[in-house]
Amino acid sequence: MNRFWRGRRIPLSWLLLTRQPVRLLVALAGISFAGILMFMQLGFRDGLFDASVTVHRLFDADVVLISPRSASSVRMAGFPRRRLVQTLADPDVEGVTPVHWGLMLWRNPETRRNRAILALGFNPDDPFFVDPTLAEKTDVLKQKGRILFDQLSRPEFGPIADWYRDGRVVETEIAGNRVRVAGLVSLGTSFGADGNLLTSTETFLDLLPQKPPGAIEVGLVRLTPGADPEQVVSRLRKRLPKDVSVLTKQGFIDFEQNYWKSSTSIGFIFTLGAAMGFVVGCVIVYQVLYTDVSDHLPEYATLMAMGYRLSNLLGVVVREGFYLAAMGYVPAYLAGQGLYWFVRDATKLPVGMDLSRALTVMVMILVMCMLSSLLAMRRLIDADPAEIF
Amino acid sequence: MTAVVVDKLFHAFGQGEMRREVLQNISFTIEPGEVVLLTGPSGCGKTTLLTLIGALRTVQQGQVSVLGQSLQGAGRRRRQQVRRRIGMIFQGHNLLRCLTAEQNVQMGADLLPDLSYRSRRDEARQWLRAVGLEDHMGKVPQDLSGGQKQRVAIARALAANPRLLLADEPTAALDSRTGREVVELLRRLAREQSCAVLMVTHDPRIDDVADRLLQMEDGRLMNAVQ
Repeated sequence: MNRFWRGRRIPLSWLLLTRQPVRLLVALAGISFAGILMFMQLGFRDGLFDASVTVHRLFDADVVLISPRSASSVRMAGFPRRRLVQTLADPDVEGVTPVHWGLMLWRNPETRRNRAILALGFNPDDPFFVDPTLAEKTDVLKQKGRILFDQLSRPEFGPIADWYRDGRVVETEIAGNRVRVAGLVSLGTSFGADGNLLTSTETFLDLLPQKPPGAIEVGLVRLTPGADPEQVVSRLRKRLPKDVSVLTKQGFIDFEQNYWKSSTSIGFIFTLGAAMGFVVGCVIVYQVLYTDVSDHLPEYATLMAMGYRLSNLLGVVVREGFYLAAMGYVPAYLAGQGLYWFVRDATKLPVGMDLSRALTVMVMILVMCMLSSLLAMRRLIDADPAEIF
Repeated sequence: MTAVVVDKLFHAFGQGEMRREVLQNISFTIEPGEVVLLTGPSGCGKTTLLTLIGALRTVQQGQVSVLGQSLQGAGRRRRQQVRRRIGMIFQGHNLLRCLTAEQNVQMGADLLPDLSYRSRRDEARQWLRAVGLEDHMGKVPQDLSGGQKQRVAIARALAANPRLLLADEPTAALDSRTGREVVELLRRLAREQSCAVLMVTHDPRIDDVADRLLQMEDGRLMNAVQ
């Protein structure tokens, strides 16, 4: 403790920074802006990748079958339903659920405009969702022409949820067929699908009559408790012909995310956006620290003439960078929270602050400020105490 | 211990054809507590001599020894350590604009080793009282007059408890009456601390405060007046 007080000095860095409050505010605004930019870009990126698999996570499956021709959830190809039945030959397989999966044109009952919605068709008697509250709701689909509507769908599909909650009978058309909303679920939108609906296999095939019979897009396979999904997957891969891909549930989620990460430029664009924020922030902080050091060069030289070490003065600049980082991060964090809320509200994408991103941006801002102060220090080395006489 | 020993000192700037000898064969000594004035026309090498003694430049040829430390071939680190024991007062006051008078003086006191923050602050306050600025401790340099600023600079230089004080035309920016006051204050305080003073000036009105006058011309020491 005693040592600590002995080490106490006049807070020179702080006083240097706060001497010109306007410049400090401009600097902080710049740093915060850079931070917000990083928060937004990384938030969008992670939100997109998360959103693309919200439905995938809900499935009650250990192993998933899809067609090798499927590219992503918005371009699913069919495979023979027989393949799913064949998996039952494996001793570890407990049950299967065939799923129809495709985009349909949904007519907004208010504006009568059509819009593509992601539809999932399955047998309501088969287990489908892990979440029991969701699973209970699927019972109503046993009646023909009934659907469950995802209330997190974008508003362009119409005020379906509001009307339904008001007790109205909500009916609309899909591909010229009348359907009735028999309940609401909460699944969530993704960049690929603006909305979701669930229905029975029977209704699904009625809505898309041109579909080849006997073809399904997704097969959910449930294993006996204690079975190792990896082993079952490798056994099934050997047993089944090449017209079907066998994935674990996590593999199915990765398949979808990988599409968005690698086959589209979205991941690259948002990462680049975050990098731009970082660079912009670096330039701003460097500019501020560089002018600060230049302005005070005679004073730094005086301190050197008095017998202060160069390392003492470098420490002053480093601390200035640190204070800027700390003060710039707080408003960036708060604004990031606010903007996430705003984006969630406007796009229904699951964009939120999480600890790892909060830390990532904090480290980025810190690195940005430290890097800039290191660059600004080069100016300090020019301070020649012999020149001040 | 002699405060300053300068023996056969030569110094030149530039290379080849541009080479210009600024100091030629300078030798003198300053005893502890002695107040020495260095005068001469502009460009005669006074300031160069001061920066060499102040360990702000590397010695090229000849001997300079300050407070028992030889500066011949001294590196960055050694010169910095020597500077800690020398107080410096500049032509402009060179105070830190973002600090109050008290904090400026404390920047000097902060160089004292093994003192708590509080005692360093008390040290700073005591020096400000000694230069008669007890009512202006919380003011920033901008709000002080020229004479007051120079007095803060004196307090700052003395707060590091130096054994040698170097002053480069401390009265240049002041009117004659204030300049006189500042120089007298400087001499009195240096005497009390038995701190040697080497002051560069070309203000003949303050010649009488010195124990000794050194006169320079064209890089040579003319005569030593007692």
